[in-house]
Amino acid sequence: MKTKYMNPYLAGFFLGLVLLAAIFITGRGLGASGAIKSIVVATVDGVAPAHAEQSSFYGSYVGAGQDNPLKSWIVFEVAGVLIGGFLSGLISGRLKFVSEGGPRISVKSRWIFAAIGGALFGIGAQFARGCTSGAALTGMAVLSTAGFITMMAIFGSGYMIAYFFRKLWI
Amino acid sequence: MGPFVPELISDQMNLIVALLIGIAFGFVLEQAGFSSSRRLAGVFYGYDFTVLRVFFTAAVTAMSGSLLLAYFGYLDLQSVYVNPTWLMPAIVGGVIMGFGFIIGGYCPGTSICAAAIGKIDAMFFVGGGILGVFAFGELYPLYHTFYESTALGPIKVFDSLGISQGLFAFILIAVAVGAFTITTMIEKRANKSSAPSLEFKPLKHKIAGAGIIMLGVVFIFMPSRQAHLTEKVQSASYGASHSVKIISPDELAYRIIDKESSVQVVDMRLPEQFATLALPGSVNVQVKDLFGKELTPILSDRRVVKVVIGQNEDESRTAALLLQELGYENVAMLQGGLENFQHTILIPKIANTGNRWDAGVNIFRSNASTVISKMIADAKNKQPKIAKQEKKIQGGC
Repeated sequence: MKTKYMNPYLAGFFLGLVLLAAIFITGRGLGASGAIKSIVVATVDGVAPAHAEQSSFYGSYVGAGQDNPLKSWIVFEVAGVLIGGFLSGLISGRLKFVSEGGPRISVKSRWIFAAIGGALFGIGAQFARGCTSGAALTGMAVLSTAGFITMMAIFGSGYMIAYFFRKLWI
Repeated sequence: MGPFVPELISDQMNLIVALLIGIAFGFVLEQAGFSSSRRLAGVFYGYDFTVLRVFFTAAVTAMSGSLLLAYFGYLDLQSVYVNPTWLMPAIVGGVIMGFGFIIGGYCPGTSICAAAIGKIDAMFFVGGGILGVFAFGELYPLYHTFYESTALGPIKVFDSLGISQGLFAFILIAVAVGAFTITTMIEKRANKSSAPSLEFKPLKHKIAGAGIIMLGVVFIFMPSRQAHLTEKVQSASYGASHSVKIISPDELAYRIIDKESSVQVVDMRLPEQFATLALPGSVNVQVKDLFGKELTPILSDRRVVKVVIGQNEDESRTAALLLQELGYENVAMLQGGLENFQHTILIPKIANTGNRWDAGVNIFRSNASTVISKMIADAKNKQPKIAKQEKKIQGGC
C-alpha cells in the first residue's frame, strides 16, 4: 500500500533537527555533492594515479599522506542517505523501479534530461563549493553569506528558466 | 559544550556519526517526498511547493536551534564550520545548479535518496553528476583563476548586510512564513484538485506560524551570551552577592618564583598591553575567547588556581566573576590588578605597616623584583604563548 508523504512543515522541522544534530555534534552540516566528488577523485586516482597527482584539481586530495578520499565524513553520510532513504521507502511502501516525469515527456528523454541535469548540478556544485544541501541549506543554517547567495542563485535561475523547460514537467 | 569533534569524538567515531546522521537525513528526505522529481520540480511551476516548505522550515529550525544552544552555552558557534564565500563562483555555480534542477528534476542529495527507492531517473541524475564533476576536474585549468576569485572568507550574512544577528534571524523567519502563506495561495490556484496544501489544517498552521514569528521577535531582543553575562557580572547587586578569592601580589610573586604548576595566570588585558608586559607563564585571554570551547582545557583543571589579572582591581574582579559565572572552579583574582603588582613587586614597594614582618617583606620584594623581571625578559625572547588553539573542524561539500 502506498502511504502519504509527511506534512512538509513537519518534515522540514525534522530535517532541521537532523541538521542541528550534525552542527551540534560534529560542528559541520549536511552535504551530498562532496561524496560524488570523492567518488570521482577516488576513481581517477585508481585508474590514473599519475594524472590525478599532477592535476591541480584532484592533486590536493590524493597522493602521499592523504587518506583515501572515500574514507571521509561526507561519503559515510551519503551512504547513510542511501540506507535511510531505502528504509523510509520500505516502511512507506514506495520501493519500486520507476521513472518520473511530466505527462508530455517519454521515459527515455526523461533519462537523458536527468543525466544532463545531474551533470550541470555536478559542475555548479564545484563552483559554489556545495549543492543544495551543503552550500544552500547548511550555509543558511549557519548564516553563511555564501549559503544565501547560492540559495538565491539556484532558485532565481530556476524560476527564470522554468518557462522554457515547462514541457519537461507540465 | 558542542561541537564534540575533535575532542570527544575521534575521527573514526565521527565516521559512524556521519553514517547515522546520513540515515536520518535520507529517511526524512524520503518521508518529505523529496524522492519524487515531479514533486521537486513543482516548486518552479506552482503546483507543489513542498521543496520550499521543507527547505525553509529546516533552515529556520536549524538556525534557531543553533542560536538558542549558543545563547545557553551548549554550543560554541565559533567552532562550527561556516562555508566560506567565493562571491562570483557562488553565483555562477548557483545559476548552473538552477539549470540542473529544472532540467534534471533533482538535486544531488534528493537524487541519492530517490535512487535508493528505485527511481531510475534519479540513477541517471547521479550518473550525470559523476560525469559532471569529472568534466569539471579535467577542464579545471581553464577556469582555475575564476574558481579562486572573489574569495571573501567565512563571512556571515548579517555582517554582510550590516545588521545584527538577531534582526537577521527575525527577517529570515518572517520571510519564510510570508513565503509559506503566499505559495499556499498560489498552489491552491494552480492546482485546484490535488494541491498538497489542501490537506493542511489551517488553524494548526496559523498557530505554528505565529509561534515561530514570536521566536523571531525574541531573537531581535536576545543579546549575545557574551553581552548578557558580561553585563550581569558588572551589576552592583551581583558584585555584592558573589565573592572571589583574592591573591595578594606578594603571594603571586612567591608562587611564580616557585614555578608552581598549580597556578595559571590568566591575563585578561588587551593583547597590546599583554605584549608590553606579560607575567611569566601567563596566557592572554580575551573575553570573547571565554565563550568558546578552545580554552576549556586550560581553565577547567580544578587543581590549578586560575589567577585572573586585569589592569586594575575592578577589571580583575569582573573578569574573575565572569569565569566563575561560566562555571569554572578555583578562580582567584590578583589584588589591585597588574598595576598593583607593578608597583608592589616589580618596582618594590617599601612595606611600612609597622609590624615586625616589614623587614622580611622588603627583602622578599627586592629579590622578587630582580628574579621576576629577569623571568619576564627571558620569556620575551622566546615565542609568545598563545592560548588559542588551531581550529580543526573541516566541513563543506
